Amino acid sequence: MAYDVSDRTAADSLMTIKILVAGGFGAGKTTLVGSVSEIAPLRTEETLSERSEMVDSLYGVEQKSTTTVAMDFGRITIRKDLVVYLFGTPGQQRFWFMWDDLAYGALGAVVMADERRLADCFPSVDYFEAKGIPFVVAVNCFDGVRRHPLESITQALNLAPDVPVIACDARRRDSSRDVLVALAEHAIARFRGRRAA
Amino acid sequence: MTAVQPPQSEWLDQDAGPVVRPYALTGGLTRPSGQRFDLLDMVGVVRRAAQEMPHLTPEQAEVLDRCQIPAPLVDLAADMNLPVGVIRILVSDLRERGLVTIHRARQAGVDDLKIMQEVVDGLRRI
Repeated sequence: MAYDVSDRTAADSLMTIKILVAGGFGAGKTTLVGSVSEIAPLRTEETLSERSEMVDSLYGVEQKSTTTVAMDFGRITIRKDLVVYLFGTPGQQRFWFMWDDLAYGALGAVVMADERRLADCFPSVDYFEAKGIPFVVAVNCFDGVRRHPLESITQALNLAPDVPVIACDARRRDSSRDVLVALAEHAIARFRGRRAA
Repeated sequence: MTAVQPPQSEWLDQDAGPVVRPYALTGGLTRPSGQRFDLLDMVGVVRRAAQEMPHLTPEQAEVLDRCQIPAPLVDLAADMNLPVGVIRILVSDLRERGLVTIHRARQAGVDDLKIMQEVVDGLRRI
């Protein structure tokens, strides 16, 4: 345990920051969360609600069904009452419309990309773009070898030019940390840019 | 603190998996009752005398102990080494009994640039 709950001085002063880690299966989400988290990464099953409309209903009845997905969770204490929570979320297309619960209030997202299966991260990129959630793309270099220049990834994913694309080795704490720092800085820069506009 | 110690034995360690099945920890309940709550929702104890209440499982007593100062649901799961699903059930049961309340965590927004700078600096230190 990195800190004891009794250390917290005032109940309501705990401020949380949520960062999502998305990407295709096997792209390194679990590894990244594990390498920066101060606690052993928790693998949890989370029930997400899925809003589906019944197409053939005359009454516009909305049905809500739920799906259970595996999720990774990690924690970084910035200071006693300021804690970053990392949620590694499944990136399969069939889940992306259910991310709303998770994405609510998120500072931003890291999209993990595997150069060999770049298309796997399309759904995540689409989702965060559509929701206006700041994100960075972290290209996980499993064997320290980068196959393509990073600019070609920006092109292949059709990213806005200001979206950072970073090479990383998710197994390394410092490398994963740099990805998170880049995300936080990107989120700030984007906010400043919007405010100035 | 009523923390449940992991079994200390040369035959059983953490790798052996849980010795007690999750439903045994929840008094047989298999799903949380009442309104659903978010992973970051804060769980706080309503009254301090709660710990002396009978019919609490050791895990529920520990939840009360840890939530004297409100803690996010997901922290309880991580720190008590229990699945989130189990914590949800324990907490929803405690809420039904009026022993805990659950409220939304304060989320720091990107518009708070002072906090954001602290986050960037904090992340750089890890």
